[in-house]
Amino acid sequence: MSADRRLARAQPQGAEPLLRVDDLAVAYGNVEAVHGVSLAADKGRIVTVIGRNGAGKTTLLAALMGLLPSRGRVCFGGDDVGPWPVERRVAGGMVLVPERRELFGTMTVADHLELGAFARRRAPAAARRRRRDEVYARFPRLAERRAQFAATLSGGERQMLALGRALMAEPALLLLDEPSLGLAPLVVRDIFTIIAALRETGVTILLVEQNARAALAVADYGYVLETGNVALAGPSAALAADPRVAAAYLGGERG
Amino acid sequence: MDAQIAALLAQDGFTNGAIYALLALALVLVFAVTRVIFVPSGELVSYGTLTLAALDAGKTPGMVKLLVGAAVLATVIEVVSTLRRREARRLLPRVLLWGGVPLAIAALVTWAAPLKPPLFAQVLLTLAAVGALGPLLYRIVYQPIADASVLVLLIVSVALHLVLAGLGLYFFGAEGSRTPAFASAQLAVGSMTFSAQSLFVVATSALAIVVLYVLFNRTLYGKALRATAVNRIGARLVGIAPDFAGTVTFTLAALLCAFCGVLIGPITTVYYDSGFLISLKGFVGAIIGGLVSYPLAAAGALFVGLIEAFASFYASAFKEVIVFTLIIPVLLWRSLTSHHHEEDE
Repeated sequence: MSADRRLARAQPQGAEPLLRVDDLAVAYGNVEAVHGVSLAADKGRIVTVIGRNGAGKTTLLAALMGLLPSRGRVCFGGDDVGPWPVERRVAGGMVLVPERRELFGTMTVADHLELGAFARRRAPAAARRRRRDEVYARFPRLAERRAQFAATLSGGERQMLALGRALMAEPALLLLDEPSLGLAPLVVRDIFTIIAALRETGVTILLVEQNARAALAVADYGYVLETGNVALAGPSAALAADPRVAAAYLGGERG
Repeated sequence: MDAQIAALLAQDGFTNGAIYALLALALVLVFAVTRVIFVPSGELVSYGTLTLAALDAGKTPGMVKLLVGAAVLATVIEVVSTLRRREARRLLPRVLLWGGVPLAIAALVTWAAPLKPPLFAQVLLTLAAVGALGPLLYRIVYQPIADASVLVLLIVSVALHLVLAGLGLYFFGAEGSRTPAFASAQLAVGSMTFSAQSLFVVATSALAIVVLYVLFNRTLYGKALRATAVNRIGARLVGIAPDFAGTVTFTLAALLCAFCGVLIGPITTVYYDSGFLISLKGFVGAIIGGLVSYPLAAAGALFVGLIEAFASFYASAFKEVIVFTLIIPVLLWRSLTSHHHEEDE
């Protein structure tokens, strides 16, 4: 994506970001896993949170989604969603693709997509069908396997199904938790190509990744999470060039 | 034993087995979606028969009082939790749903009882009144502890069973009741005779099973319940609230239990505490299906019905002993063949 196209999408200065997180803290019992994290994601942007295993990335997303209790403020589309249960956040347009995919093993691919639109069940059937056909067009593999049980899919197909199911909910904000985890390198490349392509739909993406190189390449802005704190933040090109990031997150990896 | 007696026993076994099968399906459904072992299902069976018997006698069934009390309690709980969540906008629909609907059913039953409506209308009133208890019991008893362990949910179920049995004695008295047969004809096929009542029970049970199958495989809400049973977190992430799934499940289960009560009424005399033993037999069937498989649970329940029929011929004094002893080899076999699942959430 060229720099001027990115500029054309930029929000006017001072506009409220789609997601604003202020001083979020999450604790498991007495052990605090995320300490006072603040971040923001502007509409239509891809924002990434990178960090090592155990840095609190998954915990952060689970708290944003309402799966874990947290302190601090989470504002989404101008609403303080703190008291909202998970289902209301989904209906409001926040959709999480979790690290463990959380598919329905004994249900078919087609059932997953139908249920993905559960929060949009009052929308006209034609609109839901159109949405489903878009998902099938984006993931031709899912179209081929539409009558297959989720449990029989390969790792990459499962990730595609989790993404497709999430897209059926017409998200304004897509929270992606380690979409490349456990996938073969070629499949990882496919997944990141798909994430980059989602930018065209106008959806805002918060991408949590261990694969810092790929995440920074696709994102507009990045945060580095270390032991539950934001250690660094900045435009992803600047982060990728930062010697501290390069040494800790990019140096050891083979491109 | 000659062939004719065997055929008669088999007919008996299939009739009871069909009813146990419906109960087994209700138990599997409730356990799969909410992890609750629904011990009070038996009381809802008794309530079903006894409510129908009261309506048939032109009396207002006492359980209407429970319906009113539960509706008021559930409405208060809903109002408080709605205000706490700052969702005042949704207050009115929730009050209408949790208070209005059950109170309307209670009023309708009270109004219609002395009019002695036809049997079919009595059955519908019974299903509405007992079915309405399902979601109310879930809202008041189970929803606040929905995340508790299976053991805690079981203990609460046993407590609820005792409470409902006690209330059943208070509402309906200690005398048993029988309801009139839906059909009294005898059908002769060759040397065999089938009672129309048996055929009616088997046919309506089969119909109920087909309806459930279509519901769970063809409709969005049925699929939502299945999804919740397969993966609770995954279901939440597509926007299926666990409370919603639990409420729908308990409504379906209560309707099934009430329907079993209606079906069994003309076959045996039902007392306020008879339901427990009946649902325990459904539970044996459900256990044969491992509390997860619907077809196995239904088949297991039919098997229980057949065993019971033949046991009552060979050793009628030991009929219950034989049926419940059956569960031991089944459990042994299951523990040897299936892998133990840790409860992971």
